[in-house]
Amino acid sequence: MTERSEGIEDAAPVVTPPDEGGLMTERSEGIEDAAPVVTPPDEGGLMTERSEGTSEPPLLSIENLVVDFATDDGVVHAVDGVSLAVRAGEIVAVVGESGSGKSVTAMSVLGLVRTPPGVIREGRILLRGEDLRAASGERLREIRGGEIAMIFQDPMTALNPVMTVGRQIAEALRLHDHDLGADDARSRVVTLLRKVGVPEAERRYGQYPHEFSGGMRQRAMIAMAIANDPDLLIADEPTTALDVTIQAQVLELLRTAQRDTGAATILITHDLGVVAELADRVIVMYAGRIVEEADVRSLFARPRHPYTAGLLSSVPRADLDGDLVSIPGSPPNMIDPPGGCAFHPRCPMARERCRTDRPEPYDLGDGRRSACHYADELDEGLALYAAGEEAG
Amino acid sequence: MSVIEPAVLAPEAARRSPGRRALRRFLRHRMAVVSAVVLLLIVLAAVFARQIAGHDPNTTDLFATRAGPSGDHWLGTDATGRDVLARLLFAGRVSLGVGVAAALLAVVVGTVVGSLSGLLGGWVDQTAMRLADVFMSFPSLVVMVVIAGVIGPSVTAMVIAIGLFQWPQCGRLVRGVTLAVREQEYVQAARAAGAGPLWLIRRHIVPAALPPVSVVATLAVAQAIGLEATMSFLGLGVQPPAASWGNMLTDAQSLTVISTMPWLWLPPGLAVAATVLAVNFIGDGLRDAVDPRHT
Repeated sequence: MTERSEGIEDAAPVVTPPDEGGLMTERSEGIEDAAPVVTPPDEGGLMTERSEGTSEPPLLSIENLVVDFATDDGVVHAVDGVSLAVRAGEIVAVVGESGSGKSVTAMSVLGLVRTPPGVIREGRILLRGEDLRAASGERLREIRGGEIAMIFQDPMTALNPVMTVGRQIAEALRLHDHDLGADDARSRVVTLLRKVGVPEAERRYGQYPHEFSGGMRQRAMIAMAIANDPDLLIADEPTTALDVTIQAQVLELLRTAQRDTGAATILITHDLGVVAELADRVIVMYAGRIVEEADVRSLFARPRHPYTAGLLSSVPRADLDGDLVSIPGSPPNMIDPPGGCAFHPRCPMARERCRTDRPEPYDLGDGRRSACHYADELDEGLALYAAGEEAG
Repeated sequence: MSVIEPAVLAPEAARRSPGRRALRRFLRHRMAVVSAVVLLLIVLAAVFARQIAGHDPNTTDLFATRAGPSGDHWLGTDATGRDVLARLLFAGRVSLGVGVAAALLAVVVGTVVGSLSGLLGGWVDQTAMRLADVFMSFPSLVVMVVIAGVIGPSVTAMVIAIGLFQWPQCGRLVRGVTLAVREQEYVQAARAAGAGPLWLIRRHIVPAALPPVSVVATLAVAQAIGLEATMSFLGLGVQPPAASWGNMLTDAQSLTVISTMPWLWLPPGLAVAATVLAVNFIGDGLRDAVDPRHT
C-alpha cells in the first residue's frame, strides 16, 4: 500500500471499511466520474451464486506450492506453501505487498518461472484435475493463452514496439489455431478490438504500440487475453501502470470481459480499491504465504488477520482528518524471514507464541481462512493501528 | 475501411513505420546511395553479361592473343585470345554469387545458432559460443587452403568454407540481441500466450536482430568476395576455364604483363575493389540507418 500513499491520495480510489450494511461508497472531491469508485456488489445476488459453486471441483487448485529463487545472498522462498482454489467464473483477488509472492504464484501456474534462478520445489497445480507441473511443454503452450490467459501490468512493455498491435493480437489467435488464415485472423482481431472498446478498430489494427495511449494499449492487451476464450484469466496488476482516470474504464472492461467469457479471474493487485470493485473473494499474502482468505465483504467488514487489518486501515480516507495510518516496520527480508509468524515484528498484537510458532492458515468457517493464532480476538481489528505512527 | 476524419489522423512523422524511417536515414548517407547505384550497375552487368559482352567468354582466338583493346574486343584479349570484357562480366556472376551465397549461409547459420544459444542458454549456449571462438581464432585462409587441398577446389566447397568462417560474427551478434530481447516483457507475454522457442525466434528475435544482422551481412558479402578472389588467385577457388575476378588476376603475375598489358589485370582488380568498396559503404549506410545513435 505504500505506492498508494505517495502523492496520489487526492485522486486515488477510496475504500472505506464497510459496516454491517455492506460496502460504502466514498468519492474524493472533484473527480466525480474519473476515479474507480468502490461500489457494493449486488445485494445478495452475487453471494448466493458463488456459494452454489462450492460443491463443484475447482477450476484451478494449487496445493502447497513452494517456489524458491537462488540469489547471490541465499535462497529466497518466494512462495512458501501456498494452497488456493479458484472456481469457474469467480474473481479471486490476490493482495499483498511487492515481494509477497503473488506474481510468482501466478507465473508458476503458467509454468513461466524462469529456471534458474527460480525453481518450483513442491506442490501441485491442478487445472481441472490435470497436473500442470507434469504437463508436457507442448501441452503447456496449448494451455497458455488458450485455457489460461494473462494480462500484464505494463501494456507498454508487454507489446512489442516494432510490431503493429493488430498483428500481435492476430498472432495470439494463430498460436492456437494454426489453420487460421491471415484475412480471417484480421477480421477476428478487428472484432476483438471493437469488443474491448478500441474506436476505429480497422485503422488501429495497423498502428504501432507507441501510437496507442496507455488505456488503449491495456484494452489491446485484454483483447489479446480473451482472444482464445480462456477459462481462467490472470491479471497481474492490470491497472497499476495506468492513469487513475483510465483505471476505472479498464476495470469496467475487465468486468465485462469476465462476464462475457465467463472466465474465472485471478486478480493480482495491491490496490484495495480494485479489490472492492471487482473481486468476489480475496486472498491476502504476506512473505510468500497466505495469511488470510475470505469473501470480499467479510474481509472488508471484519479482517481476521492483523496484516489485513493494517492494509485496510492504511487506505487513505477523504472523510477523516488526520494522518495516514501505516503498518509500522517494513516488509521482511525474504532471505532471512523472521521465525514463527513472518508478520510478528510488525504486528501490534504479537505475543511470545508468534515468535516461535508458525501459524498455518486454518478454517474459520464460511470459506474463511486465517493464519493468525489469535484470529478470534480480531473483532476490534481496525483499532490496532494508530494514525501518524509512521506516516508516509 | 471505415471513414477517417482527417483531424484524428496522426501527423505524418508519427505514422511512419520503423522501416520507412530507416530508409530515409539511409538515403541521407550520400556515399551509401552512390555505392548502391554502383553495385546495382555491377549486378545488372553480371546478370546481362551475355547481352553486353557480345563474345563468348570461353571462345579462344589464337590469332589474337593478348591483343590490346580494340573496337571488337573493348578490353582486349587474354593469353589464349579470349575476350576480357566477356570474361570480366561472367566472372562477376561467379564472384557476386559466391559472395552472396557465402554471406547468406553465414547469416542463416549465425542467426539460428545465435538465437537458440541466447534463448536456451546453459550448455547449448556454452557449446555454441566456444565453437564460435574456435572458428574465430583460426587463420581462415590457411584452413581454407587446407580444405581446398583435401576435398579439391570447387565453388561449393569455397562457399561452405567461407560461410563456416563467417557465421560466428553473426552468431554472436544475434545471441546478444536475443539476450536483450528475451528479458523484454513482450517476450514473457508471448510465452504466456503460448509461444514456443521457434515462434519467439521467428516473431520477436529475428525482427529485432534483422537491422544489425543486415549490416553484418553486407560486410560479410564484401569479405567473401575478397576471400573468393584470394582463393581463386591462388588457384584454389574457381577453376579455369570458368572465369572469376580472382583467377583473372592470376594472369597478372608476371612483370611484363603488369607493365605492358594493363587490360589483363586492371579491369578485374578494379571490379573487386569497386564491388568491395561499394558493399562496405552500403554497410556503413545501413548501420547509420538502423541505429540512429551512430549518425
